[in-house]
Amino acid sequence: MLTILLDGIAYGMLLFVLACGLSVTLGLMNFVNLAHGAFAMAGGYVTAILMNRWGVPFLATLPAAFVAPALVGIALERTLYRRLYGASPLDQVLFTIGLVFMAMPVANYFLGDQPQQVHLPPFLQGRLEWAGVGIGIYRLFIILVCGAIAAALQTFLVGTRFGAQLRAAVDDARVASGLGIDVDRLFAITFAIGCGLAGLGGALAADVVGGIDPTFPVKFMVSFLIVVTVGGSRGIIGALLGALLLGILDVAGKYYVPSIGAFIIYAVMVAALLARPQGLFAGRGGR
Amino acid sequence: MNGGSASVQAHLMRRARWGNAEIAFWILLVLLIFALPSRALLINEILIAGLFAMSLDLILGYAGILSLGHAAFFGTGAYGAAILASRGVSDPLVGLVLASLMAGLLGLATAPLVLRGADLTRLMVTLGICLMLGELANRNAWVTGGADGLNLEFTPILHLFPIGFTGQRNAALYSLTVLFAAFALARRIVQSPFGLSLRALRENRLRAGALGISAPRRLIAIYAIAATFAGAAGALVAQTTQVVSLDVFDFHRSADVLLMLIIGGTGFLYGGIIGAALFIAIKDSLSTVTPEYWEFWIGLLLIALVLAGRERIGAGIARLLSRRGHRGAT
Repeated sequence: MLTILLDGIAYGMLLFVLACGLSVTLGLMNFVNLAHGAFAMAGGYVTAILMNRWGVPFLATLPAAFVAPALVGIALERTLYRRLYGASPLDQVLFTIGLVFMAMPVANYFLGDQPQQVHLPPFLQGRLEWAGVGIGIYRLFIILVCGAIAAALQTFLVGTRFGAQLRAAVDDARVASGLGIDVDRLFAITFAIGCGLAGLGGALAADVVGGIDPTFPVKFMVSFLIVVTVGGSRGIIGALLGALLLGILDVAGKYYVPSIGAFIIYAVMVAALLARPQGLFAGRGGR
Repeated sequence: MNGGSASVQAHLMRRARWGNAEIAFWILLVLLIFALPSRALLINEILIAGLFAMSLDLILGYAGILSLGHAAFFGTGAYGAAILASRGVSDPLVGLVLASLMAGLLGLATAPLVLRGADLTRLMVTLGICLMLGELANRNAWVTGGADGLNLEFTPILHLFPIGFTGQRNAALYSLTVLFAAFALARRIVQSPFGLSLRALRENRLRAGALGISAPRRLIAIYAIAATFAGAAGALVAQTTQVVSLDVFDFHRSADVLLMLIIGGTGFLYGGIIGAALFIAIKDSLSTVTPEYWEFWIGLLLIALVLAGRERIGAGIARLLSRRGHRGAT
């Protein structure tokens, strides 16, 4: 029972790191970015390739898995995404689906359609037993790392000058730029961080989901979108709670009622959207 | 007052007349099927995709509802036809009508859910409903065949024309007939006062409301109609390929049909058919060159389309077509 709960929490934490970048672009900047999963895939591939071809240790690859997608993200943001900030949701959907359609064959072309495995180092394998509750060490590792990231993001958003500027720019971009805040630069950096976190999430998730393959962006796009829509558009806490809820429900649902499988989370999402169109954990006036 | 309504009526009548270009378009389609018997399979695919894209055009182009889960109705139609056939209703026409009605009912039931909230919520709800149905079909293998899908047998249409692998031309003609019937109906609908009121709602819901046009009922009605057409497209796929599998609910289906419609242009019904023809022709020719990477070029096309200004291109095509139509009519 507790084991399932902990597994669910680990999965939820993972979803959170994967999706929190999206909750910023989608929730704060109001940009429908269906290509978010492509950045996660990039991060997973970076880790897999560094480990398998160059023998870099797992932990050392994680920074690269953050930096590479972030750089790709900032390049794309500067050249393409920023043109569509004011566009209609339909245009944004079409554009980002186009990106996904391009990312998958590119990954397939260079890396093949077989899943790239990430082999965990020995000290992250195995299980811990404590008072009858068992948990995989890697799951625990994920909970700790992702929890730390969530806490860091929250303090970053609430406690720093950059965070305050970002919140101001999101609330009203025109007034914020009138006050001398460089909104363009702010959004670019935020977008890059979001992409980087997605990449990190992809690297961490590679083992849990059984390797990274070219269909990753589509397979997990739905989970990301669910996290963001259920969690609501405001802030890190909403996305975290949404991700945890989803992770626990998904793991518990697959364990207790395997016959209906993923049906539960979709039903929860639709129900949540109908009951609270602004998101379950949205505080004051979401969008 | 009276004169005003008469002139509106005259305007509607004028718009409702079939132009020469339109008639030529349909004759061309019939000729194409007879001229290229070896490509009947591909033409059939285009016709069905055209019907599917046209149904999306009704809700996106005319009512302004953005959907990422239109495959829900396509899949319901396909499985409806398949399950009916596996339960002994092997007449394709009966299956088609019943399956379309099932999809229409589903549309009627889900429309109130979809119409809540803004564009983003709508995207998620339509996507979620489609995924739920796919998962339902996956888990209820006793009726849907699960991941293996269903293989089907049908009696010939009107007990005369066999469809399927031995009768691919018949299948294409069957699809064309259904497409034409649905198109004529859709054309009648969008040019009726009801269709005009939908456009008014799309342009400015507040003002339309001030004119006494109530939004929810009309949107629910058009959503259910579009769902029925999408269900017919799904039923056609199941009947003419004689197999149905879980991929009818795939996200790819919903995305592809959106792309077709966007390539062809929204808001003038022919856009869906033209877009489907272009999309499948591009896909077919690309996948013979690069079987694994054709998606890349479709993606590139899509990005170029968005950045170049989708509306401008679409409006250009529509203007060209309508001008030709008018010149033909006078």
